[in-house]
Amino acid sequence: MNVAFFFEVLIGGLLAGVMYSLVALGFVLIYKASGVFNFAQGAMVFFAALTFISLVERGLNFWLALVVTLAVMVVLGIAIEKVVLRPLVNQPPITLFMATIGLTFVLEGLSQLVWGSQPHGLELGIQDVPMEWLSQSTGINISQFDIFAAGVAGLLVAVLALFFQYTRIGRALRAVADDHQAALSVGIPLKHIWAIVWSVAGFVALVAGLMWGARNGVQYALTFIALKALPVLILGGFESVLGAIVGGLIIGASEKLAEVYIGPMVGGGIESWFAYVVALLFLLVRPQGLFGEKIIDRV
Amino acid sequence: MFYREAGQFKSSYAEDQQIFPIRQDRIGITALLLVVFVAVPLLGDQYWLSAIFTPLLIFALAALGLNILTGYAGQLSLGTAAFMAVGAFMAYNFMLRLPWLGVIPSFILAGLCAAAVGVVFGLPSLRIKGFYLAVATLACQFFVLWAIQRWGWITNYSASGVITAQKMVILGFPFDTPALKYLLTLSIVTLLALLAKNLMRSETGRAFMAVRDMDVAAEVIGIRMMHTKLLAFAISSFYCGVAGAMYAFCYLGTVEPEAFTLDLSFRVLFMIIIGGTGSILGSFIGAAFITLLPIFLNVMFGGISHLLGVEIPHAVISNLELIIFGALIIFFLIVEPHGLARLWQIAKEKLRLWPFPH
Amino acid sequence: MKRTTLMLAVGTLAAAGFTGQAWAQVKEQFVPASFYWVGPYAPGGSGIAGGMLDYFKMLNTRDGGINGVKLTWEKCETEYNNARGVECYERLKKKGPTGATLIHPLSTGITYSLIEKGTTDKIPIVSVGYGRTDAADGRVFPYIFPIITTYWSQNTAKIKFMGQKMGGMDKLKGAKIVNLYHGSAYGKETIPVLDAQAKQYGFQVTHIEVSHPGNEQQAQWLQIRQIKPDWVILRGWGVMNPTALKAAQRAGYPREKIIGVWWSGAEEDVIPAGDAAKGYIAAGFNVSGSNYPVVQDIQKHVYAKGQGEMEDKSRVGSIYYNRGVVFGMITTEAVRKAQERYGKGQPMTGEQVRWGLENLNMDEAYLKNLGATGFMQPLKMSCADHEGGGQVKFQQWDGKQWKVISDWISSDQKLVRPMIEASAAQYAKEKGITPRDCSKEK
Repeated sequence: MNVAFFFEVLIGGLLAGVMYSLVALGFVLIYKASGVFNFAQGAMVFFAALTFISLVERGLNFWLALVVTLAVMVVLGIAIEKVVLRPLVNQPPITLFMATIGLTFVLEGLSQLVWGSQPHGLELGIQDVPMEWLSQSTGINISQFDIFAAGVAGLLVAVLALFFQYTRIGRALRAVADDHQAALSVGIPLKHIWAIVWSVAGFVALVAGLMWGARNGVQYALTFIALKALPVLILGGFESVLGAIVGGLIIGASEKLAEVYIGPMVGGGIESWFAYVVALLFLLVRPQGLFGEKIIDRV
Repeated sequence: MFYREAGQFKSSYAEDQQIFPIRQDRIGITALLLVVFVAVPLLGDQYWLSAIFTPLLIFALAALGLNILTGYAGQLSLGTAAFMAVGAFMAYNFMLRLPWLGVIPSFILAGLCAAAVGVVFGLPSLRIKGFYLAVATLACQFFVLWAIQRWGWITNYSASGVITAQKMVILGFPFDTPALKYLLTLSIVTLLALLAKNLMRSETGRAFMAVRDMDVAAEVIGIRMMHTKLLAFAISSFYCGVAGAMYAFCYLGTVEPEAFTLDLSFRVLFMIIIGGTGSILGSFIGAAFITLLPIFLNVMFGGISHLLGVEIPHAVISNLELIIFGALIIFFLIVEPHGLARLWQIAKEKLRLWPFPH
Repeated sequence: MKRTTLMLAVGTLAAAGFTGQAWAQVKEQFVPASFYWVGPYAPGGSGIAGGMLDYFKMLNTRDGGINGVKLTWEKCETEYNNARGVECYERLKKKGPTGATLIHPLSTGITYSLIEKGTTDKIPIVSVGYGRTDAADGRVFPYIFPIITTYWSQNTAKIKFMGQKMGGMDKLKGAKIVNLYHGSAYGKETIPVLDAQAKQYGFQVTHIEVSHPGNEQQAQWLQIRQIKPDWVILRGWGVMNPTALKAAQRAGYPREKIIGVWWSGAEEDVIPAGDAAKGYIAAGFNVSGSNYPVVQDIQKHVYAKGQGEMEDKSRVGSIYYNRGVVFGMITTEAVRKAQERYGKGQPMTGEQVRWGLENLNMDEAYLKNLGATGFMQPLKMSCADHEGGGQVKFQQWDGKQWKVISDWISSDQKLVRPMIEASAAQYAKEKGITPRDCSKEK
């Protein structure tokens, strides 16, 4: 077995896992604060990235487009809270889940209606090419874009952690995540909190959209990346930001190693289900995911 | 006034225990069955029979299967399409390899195969629940499709993994016109729906509901957890498997494994949530809503742009349809979070009191 | 007073509309337009729909239809979904005075679902460049037309092209080729033909699957990097294509050595990949560009009047759009041919159009007449051969547009045809179909 190749697969897998984590983060934020499994996260990624690239292509400056898109995502977050979540307060989780599916259709239709369905290329100024010095010295191909994406993800998690830990809103968010009722009774305005969380999730969606868009182009298929995030979620636990990162790393690495080393033996294409099986095995040991909150049943 | 059971006395246990104890229900069901069995095939043209009613019934059966698992036993599953795929491909194989078996036994055996797969993938439900379980059933969805494509025997070594459903001949009588296929589908669906209705009022059904409402409590009162959960998976998968077999044989004719993608699983899930979880009727209403609404919107917009005489770019129309479809889902959830079947329940209450509500 | 005039106006309008319809019923040829304008494959669906319908519009204004028979159509959204596609077909098949002329399902899955229905209803199912390969055997599949080039044919043309590039078919011996395919019926379709060719020419082929949707291909390209193949065949669809090109760049594999199928070779497949796509080669049965007379005519008769289908005018002349024009030409020429036999200036039924399709002979002179020299290949259909062409051109992406880098390269029918016939015979056996005797067809 070629050791350098093994490490190349491993590192590549870990870095791919970071890309999955970026998407999973958006799910976690919303689940944590409102107990909603937000099926529309993939559509939000698509919507954010498409809005951004369309603005840039219409001549807006990169940073200005970023700010405008962010504003759009905030408006979207507030609108979702007002139109969808508020009327459905206290409904069972599956109803809320279904509502986000309805939201998915609306968002997908809306983004294609406004910006068209043509795919776009997106350049962030960092080429997706292997780093020369590394491939020459060790024979391992690692893309500089992957390193950049990992850095962005790290930064994002750090910012979110600081936001949750040290700001007033962050503390309120954690309180809501802990217990809706208790948070309400100490005077935390639930409505605002939800609007904020959805806006933050919109921001995360934008970042994920930019990273994935720069890699594969901004097109409808961005909505599919949600599927990559699901095994990460159950492995890491729905409520844990850290879980999303660790889960992403485990899923990414094991998926790539399996495809390269086990795949050829069984005819390939096992990536589609392998991640889910890994997650399933973890769940059999820890039913609430790696970092999820322990479920205690009381009769 | 119209829906009052006053004056209907039951003098034997048999009467007390029949599926539809209220006379109005019995009349209603009989009328409905007469319409769908006699009037529809006589009046409906090929379009309605083969493009609307047949798929609708098949989806309703799949939704019913999922509803048994999710609505009654409380186990969220996203593997419906995989179970349907097992049904479709195994029915093909039984017909191919054991031609003397006949159509109906092939369907039943195919359903049993799906049930076996369901039991295997139901095992994690003993440990995990809720959305965790839902995502875990995705493993089943992807794995089963992958296995069907990989294992040449299942598709009779067709290069692209596509199968063509054989001709359906029952007791020497060929079922090959849209009307006959519709009648066959309808008979199977009716039979299975009545069976399900009956099953859900039996001990098994009540055990399912106890597990759904609180599994720890159910276990405490002596319901065997493993047995009940796995049975729910088995019955549900059986229904989905039969639905899948009919999807291939009575509807599409030629099937590739991609006809059973995750998309289909989600659609069936939408059906039961919109229609009403834990309701047989809900499965039918939900299937009608999800399959007919997009077609209705498509026809309606076509009509509108025709009437106005202006040509709206079709991309705009298609996207508007998508938006309206999503918005209607949200709207109905807000109006009636427990599904459309609930509206029928409310209507029944109203009819009972009308015109003298207290 | 006001009300009466209004009523009168409405009345006359309605009457006019009614009589107009009744009169028009005689002189209309209805073609269902069931495509997709939303979802992951919308660029392909909307482009092809636009090209085909614009060609119809152009014909209607320039020539007044086909020998005076105007083309009409109705759009139906399939969302690339089997059930929706079947519904569209059923909804549209009886429209117009003679029912649907023929239908382009524009999805391999929907094509499969329509094979039996079309055969019973006597409506030709025309799958130009997709669909079921063995349906090219018209004796078993009388109503199915995988016109121009099947996947198997184009695959042999690709191997031929590789041989040419390497300096002779004998150079293929010992070469390594990777077949990177989409994990679907469409993707797997060419595996047997590649294996057969590998034996014939002595090259080594490795099949690597990319699971749907294909937005993550790192593992596959690492494997490719290990194999170090001479060529990579890309059988992608949708997002899998730009992802493959990007992943190739990351793995340091030269794009000039990647050869795509035509569903991997549109502008929409390479633009999202940016610079990574430069040098990539794709096969095509039609070319891009708007300087062909037929596209010029569309510009003149349709877009100059502001009636074009495409909202984004720059897409006129793109690969998908031109492919739609090819779809349109095949449709109308089949009707024209049918009219020659069954009555000029009359709308044709599906059965008659089938005869038209089977006797279609579009040689160079014919294409010149249509203003499509070099735009598409000459076609000669027959009762037994529902493919007709079997040639492809290769085009290279230079970062801005597709450049044609080869002439029409014909496929290896000696290899493909027996395979098609064997596969069709198996289908016939399974379904209990007796193949037609083509010598008795008139």
